Amino acid sequence: MTKEVFITETNCITPIGFDVAANVKNIVNGVSGIQLHQNQSLMKAPFYASIVDSAQLNKAFAKVAPAENYTKLEKMMILALQPIVENSKLDLDGKTGFILSTTKGNITALENPSEENIQKAQLHQLAKTIADFFGFKTEPIVVSNACVSGILAVSVAKRLVQSRMYDNIFVVAGDVISEFVLSGFNSFQAMSDLPCKPYSKNRNGVTLGEASAAVLVTSNKEHAKIKIIGDGSINDANHISGPSRTGEGLFRSIESALAEAKINPNQIDYISAHGTGTTFNDEMEAIAFNRLGLENIPVNSLKGFYGHTLGASGLLETVIGIQSVLESKLFVSLGFDELGVSQPINIIEKSEDKTINYFLKTASGFGGCNTAVLFEKVK
Amino acid sequence: MGENKTYIQSFCTIQNNEIILNGETIFKTEPTVFSDFSKKAFRNFEIDYPKFFKMDNLSKLAFLGAELLLKNEIDNTKENNIALIFANKSSSLDIDVKYQKSISDKENYFPSPAVFVYTLPNICLGEISIRHQLRSENSFFIFEAFNPLFMVNYANILINTKKADKVLCGWVEYFNEEYKAFLYLVASEGIMEHQKELIETVYKK
Repeated sequence: MTKEVFITETNCITPIGFDVAANVKNIVNGVSGIQLHQNQSLMKAPFYASIVDSAQLNKAFAKVAPAENYTKLEKMMILALQPIVENSKLDLDGKTGFILSTTKGNITALENPSEENIQKAQLHQLAKTIADFFGFKTEPIVVSNACVSGILAVSVAKRLVQSRMYDNIFVVAGDVISEFVLSGFNSFQAMSDLPCKPYSKNRNGVTLGEASAAVLVTSNKEHAKIKIIGDGSINDANHISGPSRTGEGLFRSIESALAEAKINPNQIDYISAHGTGTTFNDEMEAIAFNRLGLENIPVNSLKGFYGHTLGASGLLETVIGIQSVLESKLFVSLGFDELGVSQPINIIEKSEDKTINYFLKTASGFGGCNTAVLFEKVK
Repeated sequence: MGENKTYIQSFCTIQNNEIILNGETIFKTEPTVFSDFSKKAFRNFEIDYPKFFKMDNLSKLAFLGAELLLKNEIDNTKENNIALIFANKSSSLDIDVKYQKSISDKENYFPSPAVFVYTLPNICLGEISIRHQLRSENSFFIFEAFNPLFMVNYANILINTKKADKVLCGWVEYFNEEYKAFLYLVASEGIMEHQKELIETVYKK
């Protein structure tokens, strides 16, 4: 029999809260982390972004560890994982894995490209720093697969636990705002001049954000918050910097997850979609959802609260989605006004109560990658 | 895991200006830079794919390895469910450093989207998927060193859970002119058993 896999612990560090409860409270109140920033070292012109306050972060970090020389990203990742490792009371042995998801890690180290700083920008080095802090014994697994990394990390963890390679896997995901990433998205003319408006008629791009999130993926049902029942990560094979017009890879990723979970599309109660706010991404998702008959399922993008947090986004949005299931609440898709995609989809316009048995998380990214993971409420 | 045995169908190594396919040297040049070596290799195998010249070095390295293992494998008349599981040590750091240089000097500020897009290691998977029209599972991982145990386990998971019919595994490391690609194709049938020790031995050759 196939082994069952669960998520038992969740946490996140974001501009609107340093734990899940604070984040949910702000989401319910419609409080976004996106603000106008003027910081010439990041970007010449003022820009909207969702940025973690460094003073607050340092204050919170001081309670967990002596102020050693950690980067902002490392502090965010350690703070996200720390209560989970502590609550789990697990032996950090050979059957306990560690997955780290990020796109750019400590990329800001390259601003001063000494030998030492180039080493610091290596993703395996970041993973080692976090692993050493907690004393994980197994070799860290870094998932770096563009904007699907965070949700792909959940899929990878589920597969590895199912295959009995590990009994438990701690998963952490994070990315920070940098001149590197801001200038890159700007060069694509993909940045919104206002806070992003996923799926809206007047959307005109991405707002970037920073966050970290963490979960414990385990075969142990005790304290389970949710069960992971299917997944797929299928490439569009179409274009490296734009999604397929037909949503082929996303369509197939969701199909693969549904087939494994043995449920029908109409059994899904809630979709936490990618919704970056770019013209092409949001349109592609609407097409893929329609092809699967998912157009009436309530859907939101949480980017209006957090911006696009890159390698963190998939895991952060999963953490909030799990809270939707546990609290039987659909959260508003902030920034949405008038539908601006060519196919009908059922955007959540205000937070409301709803029993959720099946929850779908999706993401898509550069390189033509897509990931879909299905979750089931634990009865 | 390991309900069913899996097998290595073919393997390929690219390093030190040399390409070795299934244990035999099939292409070699005098010592030269990677851009020159990769161009010569591309021409030698008479590959007709102009997009190759727009790729960054990591993608070129991965592309060449995949080309040699997949060209006789792909049947264009049907779906080819061949997953791509790739990993390396330095992510996209080689082009990251180049991109950072393009924005560091404010007098000479020139961020290019054509460079920025390659500052993600999984872009090479997108390039291979497009070339061979593989709408299949793909994931990119980073490890400090080649991790045969992980690769064997993950490839077997994909085949045993029927997420893929075959898996192209690849270690594609490129940083500052130092490079090594080791790719191999895993299937549910064959002669050479797919196991960690064998992969490790072939990798080290």
